[in-house]
Amino acid sequence: MEKRVTFKGRWLPLLLVLPQIAITAIFFFYPAGQAIWQSLFIPDPFGLSMRWVGLGNFEFLLSDPYYRASFVTTAVFSILVTLVSMGVALYLAVLADRLIKGSGTYRTLLIWPYAVAPAVAGVLWLFMFNTRVGVVTWYLGLLGYDWNHVLNEGEAMGLVVVASAWGRISYNFLFFLAGLQAIPKSVIEAAAIDGAHFWTRFRTIVFPLLSPTTFFLMVVNIIYAFFETFGVIHTITSGGPQQATTILVYKVYSDGFVGQDLGSSAAQSVILLLIVSVLTVVQFKYIERRVHY
Amino acid sequence: MATVTLENLKKSFGKTEVIQGIDIDIADGEFVVIVGPSGCGKSTLLRMVAGLETATSGEVRIDGKRVNDVEPMDRDIAMVFQNYALYPHMSVFDNMAYGLKIQKVAKPEIAERVQTAAKLLQLEPYLQRKPRELSGGQRQRVAMGRAIVRKPAVFLFDEPLSNLDAKLRVQMRLEIKALQRELGVTSLYVTHDQVEAMTLADRMIVMNAGVADQIGAPLDVYADPATEFVAGFIGSPPTNFIDAALLDGERAGRIGIRPEHVRLAEQGRIEAVVVYAEALGAETLVHLRAGDGQQITVRQESGLAIPTEGQSCGLAWDSAQVMRFDEAGLRQR
Ligand SMILES: Nc1ncnc2c1ncn2[C@@H]1O[C@H](COP(=O)(O)OP(=O)(O)O)[C@@H](O)[C@H]1O
Ligand SMILES: [Mg+2]
Repeated sequence: MEKRVTFKGRWLPLLLVLPQIAITAIFFFYPAGQAIWQSLFIPDPFGLSMRWVGLGNFEFLLSDPYYRASFVTTAVFSILVTLVSMGVALYLAVLADRLIKGSGTYRTLLIWPYAVAPAVAGVLWLFMFNTRVGVVTWYLGLLGYDWNHVLNEGEAMGLVVVASAWGRISYNFLFFLAGLQAIPKSVIEAAAIDGAHFWTRFRTIVFPLLSPTTFFLMVVNIIYAFFETFGVIHTITSGGPQQATTILVYKVYSDGFVGQDLGSSAAQSVILLLIVSVLTVVQFKYIERRVHY
Repeated sequence: MATVTLENLKKSFGKTEVIQGIDIDIADGEFVVIVGPSGCGKSTLLRMVAGLETATSGEVRIDGKRVNDVEPMDRDIAMVFQNYALYPHMSVFDNMAYGLKIQKVAKPEIAERVQTAAKLLQLEPYLQRKPRELSGGQRQRVAMGRAIVRKPAVFLFDEPLSNLDAKLRVQMRLEIKALQRELGVTSLYVTHDQVEAMTLADRMIVMNAGVADQIGAPLDVYADPATEFVAGFIGSPPTNFIDAALLDGERAGRIGIRPEHVRLAEQGRIEAVVVYAEALGAETLVHLRAGDGQQITVRQESGLAIPTEGQSCGLAWDSAQVMRFDEAGLRQR
């Protein structure tokens, strides 16, 4: 039996959860409510009056080709960030798992990028790929490649994907390594005796046994790519060129704060809110389902 | 079917020599048990035969062919692990079929071979279950089945029964022996349990800290141990050891005498005080303490009188039953 602490009376438990409720209310429910409320109006340019439009903001958004394009951009960006960061992390984890000596050092070095704030990471990558003074740009120039992510949409996307994925590799690496080390060595040895070479073992034994970890990381990484990459995009491309890197979260910012279209920005927030809810449900469903094989 | 030969096989981890030179010729179809206390290097020895550890020096030959540099999968062996090492995400059927699928055996033949093994091991009702849905004994059988379906030349077992409860262990022991007889596959079996070794082995290797102290048929080893370690390790309750000096004054080393060869007597060779007596029904074990504090056990038939605790007794035995060991623990003939 689980041991539970029980409180007598009604007020003490309420008092104890009050701070948490207050924080959630002030910083989550209040702004969320405001966003929903504002999404139903269009304010005049001076912010002096608001005109009721009902679901007009949403109708406009959903028929707006730029907004639809932003959905596609977000999907492409999230999938790429997730694939790159998880792929590289898994590769490094498999290598580290095979090391007997020095895996501690290796691990520590790989954890460092996780401590770098997204905006700082963005600036770092921006310096390296700066079209005029970037080191990498210069070397690419020597190789005859003219790097210019300010003009080239594909290169801009590539750069924000790499910069976002880079900060995420450490986190994924740790989970993958823990997952790999939880697989009993004798199971791998049994497969080796059964005739499976490294790649066959990886495909038929290791990867299936890692699937809970992989699924968990996939959800977490998609959420990261959606919501926590603002700093990277803001510092490197500011959503450009031609909105090629304007993901949904960035569009909320640029339409609301730069474009001053507060009604539309609020409506976008509400849509994002819905997306988060769906992702959260998926995540919780997964966490409840602990046994996978 | 194959012979296995180990020739001066050695293994070091860093500076510690874990296996210090083992030689044995295992005949085709023979069941050889490696027995010894925990940490003496049994698993390491077995894993060198499997190819999961590389030998530091010496040779492993399977069917006369040197296999030191051959991958485990190409040695034509199958291994049963202590924790079974089943593939947790696969059904019992897939666990057994895994090796055959990799060898690209035709589907109908895979099905047939798995069926046959499942029947032999009474696993037919469980073929679609996952390992976590099975009891310990059933998992053990799946591990055996996985080894059998591949029809290997050599079976290797690393303490396959030590995770089972006592009753199941006895039952599985008999089944393994019957199975090995029926299939006639050369087998190497590791255990720390000397009863298991005695009952299963055609021959056993008694290991002591990386050295094979004695290799021989169980009853020969029991009757004629080569070292003090073997005399003490094989047999339950263990052999009694008495300082030789206590008996005939000037001699060094110790003598060993098995509990069933000691009698309580009026006039004995030495005197001892009864500590306690265990009446087990068919026999009684009397535990005594000799003058120098040495513990001595006497095994006697239940019909004989049981002495009371604290009583002083003489201990007698036939000189022919005495085993003499020098200070290094080697048997003196
Ligand atoms: N991979 C390894 N690295 C270092 N020492 C090891 C390794 N494997 C086993 N040993 C050591 O070798 C000795 C024998 O181990 P093992 O063969 O597992 O013994 P047993 O199976 O008889 O209990 C032990 O002292 C163990 O600590
Ligand atoms: Mg062992």
